[in-house]
Amino acid sequence: MTARIVHIASNTFREAVRDRVLYNLIAFAVLLSGSAILVGQISIDIERLVVINLGLTAVSLFGVVIAIFIGIGLVSKEIEKRTLYTVLSRPVRRWEFIVGKYFGLAGTLVVNTFFMAIGVFGALLYVAHKLTSSDAMIFVALYFIVLEFLIICALALLFSSFSSPLLSAVFAFSLFVIGSFAEDLRGFAGMAHGPTRWLATGAAYAVPNFSAFNVINLVAHGHPPSGQLILQNTLYALFYAGMALSGAVLIFDRRNLK
Amino acid sequence: MVASVQTLRRVDEIRPQATLDDILYISSPKIVKRASLGYDGLMACIYWTRAVQYFGEHHHNGSLSFNQLAPLLEMTTQLDPHLIVAYQFGASFLAPKPPFGAGQPDRAIQLMEYGIQNNPTEWHLYYDLGFIYYTELKDYAKAADTFERGSRVPGAHPFLKIFAAQAAQHAGEFQTARMLWTATYQSSQDKQIRQNAVEHLRALKVDEDVTNLQSALTRFGERTGRLPNSISELAAAEGLPGIPVDPDGNAYTMDRDGRILVESPDDFAFATKGLPPGYKPIPKFHDQ
Repeated sequence: MTARIVHIASNTFREAVRDRVLYNLIAFAVLLSGSAILVGQISIDIERLVVINLGLTAVSLFGVVIAIFIGIGLVSKEIEKRTLYTVLSRPVRRWEFIVGKYFGLAGTLVVNTFFMAIGVFGALLYVAHKLTSSDAMIFVALYFIVLEFLIICALALLFSSFSSPLLSAVFAFSLFVIGSFAEDLRGFAGMAHGPTRWLATGAAYAVPNFSAFNVINLVAHGHPPSGQLILQNTLYALFYAGMALSGAVLIFDRRNLK
Repeated sequence: MVASVQTLRRVDEIRPQATLDDILYISSPKIVKRASLGYDGLMACIYWTRAVQYFGEHHHNGSLSFNQLAPLLEMTTQLDPHLIVAYQFGASFLAPKPPFGAGQPDRAIQLMEYGIQNNPTEWHLYYDLGFIYYTELKDYAKAADTFERGSRVPGAHPFLKIFAAQAAQHAGEFQTARMLWTATYQSSQDKQIRQNAVEHLRALKVDEDVTNLQSALTRFGERTGRLPNSISELAAAEGLPGIPVDPDGNAYTMDRDGRILVESPDDFAFATKGLPPGYKPIPKFHDQ
């Protein structure tokens, strides 16, 4: 079972790495981190702040775009090319296929993040001439960004398990935007009364809370996120991604592929 | 491509300020914060850069209006309440009258209070606020109170206690002002803020010299019943240590009416004394 999942994951990773769109996005993200140097030079007194903010925002946004655009095509491409039938005709269960695809995509994003992080640290070193101990906090921000990707990958797979790539992209991106407003949604629920309150509270907890993962500005100022936040965000990402992945597995298991 | 670049350059000539002016069509920090999808730190950096560019460009052009400086700085600090340099910039350039600033001390105070509220352990902000009360509003009681509040912040620089005492006594105005501007110069890394401090220190020297020379001139007149024929005569008669010179090394002059003047008033834009009658200051920054 594990070997089959690992095999599908490694194939997904290889396929994603070969994808030209992926290379373009990485090149663009690295280019953006490089432009941080330029922006840093025209920003008075906050060069370091600009480089960290711009670099990590680029890592996060481009990672989200990669996660969505590759994630939505993982299942549909296999159906379109009819390679899915070849895979499923072997002793591979449908859930193993989905889970393997998920880990393959997640692995791709971790590797991407690693390379983009090198770009960010390179830009920071160029601007600040040295790295300080507070720069270690950037790793926490990067870790949270990866957690965010884990949820988005699972959502992209969930949507792609039952709808077209275009609609999956719209759904996944919409949830990313709504998830960034999750805390506002909770505030709105707090102000509402009666059924609206319950409805808004339910919606606020149903959508992924991406704002909790965004500590970019906090680490840019050298403030360390608390250990509790790291622990709770890790658990939240695992639970939420697990839930979305289970949904994708359940839907794909019942899907008529004929 | 060449044609498009040339056309764009023509468009820029027609509407040179458009880019910077348009920015304030979104005047609500809340909307910008929401639209940034949580990446408000980056948005704050962008608005801060624009605020500096806006002020720099208007200041360079000798503009008398800096109406968008306060909204830009308010937007910046609401997006990132911990961006200390934005508050310091606001303290230096929001309060002074045009052409040296926006002439909005109330907005400057509002900005600094917001900064203190969000960064209560940052003593620089108390210093900057006290500075506005002392130098711009001449509200010495509030200046003393603010310096005193700042001196209680753990790790605050000891000079805040001295400023608090001096502001409370309102004694030795030149000396206190010189200490304040020197502290501003030493505690900031921002080039514009440091240049501004240098200009004020140069002007303070002129103001102090002219005040002292004018006093010497009054004493000479009371004693002799006439004006001295030259500054040299005044210096010799009053026992001054040589012929006094301005920070650029040029000797002060005296006009027919007994007014002490600097040779090049344009080089001391913040000076309030030693200027010819009807003179209007032109902002001009010197190398540090």
